[in-house]
Amino acid sequence: MRVNLTVNGEARQADDVWPGESLLYVLRERLGLPGAKNACEQGECGSCTVYLDGTPVCACLVAAGQAEHRDVRTVEGLPGPDGLDPVQQAFLSAGAVQCGFCTPGLVVAVHDLLARNPTPSDPDIREALAGNLCRCTGYENIVAAVKLAAGA
Amino acid sequence: MKPFAYQRAEAADSAVATISRTGAAYLAGGTNIVDLMKLGVTAPDLLIDVTGLPLRDIEALPDGGMRVGALTANSDLATDPVLRTRFPAVALALLSGASAQLRNRATIGGNLLQRTRCRYFVDVTKSCNKRRPGAGCAAREGEHTDLAILGASEQCVATNPSDLAVALALVDARVELLTEGGPASMSVHEFFRLPGDRPERDTNLPPGALITAVVLPATPIARMSTYRKVRDRSSFAFAAGSVAAALDVRDGVVQDVRLAYGAVAHRPWRAYAAERSLRGAPATVDNFERAADEELAAAKPLRDNGYKVPLIRNLTVGVLRGMTEASW
Repeated sequence: MRVNLTVNGEARQADDVWPGESLLYVLRERLGLPGAKNACEQGECGSCTVYLDGTPVCACLVAAGQAEHRDVRTVEGLPGPDGLDPVQQAFLSAGAVQCGFCTPGLVVAVHDLLARNPTPSDPDIREALAGNLCRCTGYENIVAAVKLAAGA
Repeated sequence: MKPFAYQRAEAADSAVATISRTGAAYLAGGTNIVDLMKLGVTAPDLLIDVTGLPLRDIEALPDGGMRVGALTANSDLATDPVLRTRFPAVALALLSGASAQLRNRATIGGNLLQRTRCRYFVDVTKSCNKRRPGAGCAAREGEHTDLAILGASEQCVATNPSDLAVALALVDARVELLTEGGPASMSVHEFFRLPGDRPERDTNLPPGALITAVVLPATPIARMSTYRKVRDRSSFAFAAGSVAAALDVRDGVVQDVRLAYGAVAHRPWRAYAAERSLRGAPATVDNFERAADEELAAAKPLRDNGYKVPLIRNLTVGVLRGMTEASW
């Protein structure tokens, strides 16, 4: 099966795709975009969060065929011409990265949160990021990064 | 994961015909069936992806009701301004479920078909009558703190995990279907079932049928409705117990009331006995307690889930008291 989709603004296609593959597998293994991470494969951890037609989803639960003619934006597509997205910069500045495995999914989730709610309260931040697990338990600095990005 | 074929549905009627003929499975948001396939709990030979079908309109009906296309994302419905005015309990229930990423992807129709999160159902190395009829139920003597206290059977003590379904039971929602014989419709009360001696059946959905829409009938009392959920942490967890309530109090007397409980049974549990007890009664804490006790008299807790009885009782009282004070 061939899958045609737009990824980070570019028309892409993946060939010989098995229907049981996830969008996450297509992105990482066929299109060379390893930013979104493969961890729980159950929609529990948020490490694979990407935008699908503008809304964050767990790419591990999206069947490859369901991405046909859809618009995908991954963490690799967030930086602008001037470099890192403010959310990425805030994660660096706030020390919100420990092992880094959850970071790409969190960055996409925070990017979406701030697009919808530029000045989130603490409960807003916690609820918006409930689907992103950090096994290093670095949540304090992650929340600090969100506030830093919101103020940027 | 067992290999399977994937097809995109071109039209609803041809998808229904194929599913009815082959026993294949529908694929919508994939937030439950895909993880169950990865765990080997379910293993369809063919998935028919219905996400391209035009079933995502949210219609505000002129009579005060709403019709919601089955493929509407949970997050899209939860933020609909008309829903939040006419049926706030439905919006609150949706927002209390899962995580942002899952709500963006999960659909209203799929929500009604999600399977129980009983740990023995999702673990293929354990005995479960729902997964394999006749295999036995390991939950009855095992880990069952999250399982049913009402309407369970010897064969199955699973709970329905949906928050949305509890709010739908509150407002007597209807489920619109496309079956091989044509369009059909059933009340949400007919749709869900108790396990009895057929625990493998979660619902009374006819074989092969596709859910096309959920209709929220005009329900004036639902404008004053709410949903409160108790869980082990403040987000992204299934309910230990939940209450949906709608209340109309005038001059301190309950004119009308509706109550539905979640995470207590194999189906959303409409608390008709409590409602009967309260209609026409003074809106007092004593009466709220008595009503909840009457409903919960039928509870048969297992060894480790008896906490749900006072939990639901106290939730009922707390929610009704809060709504009574708000209506002063």
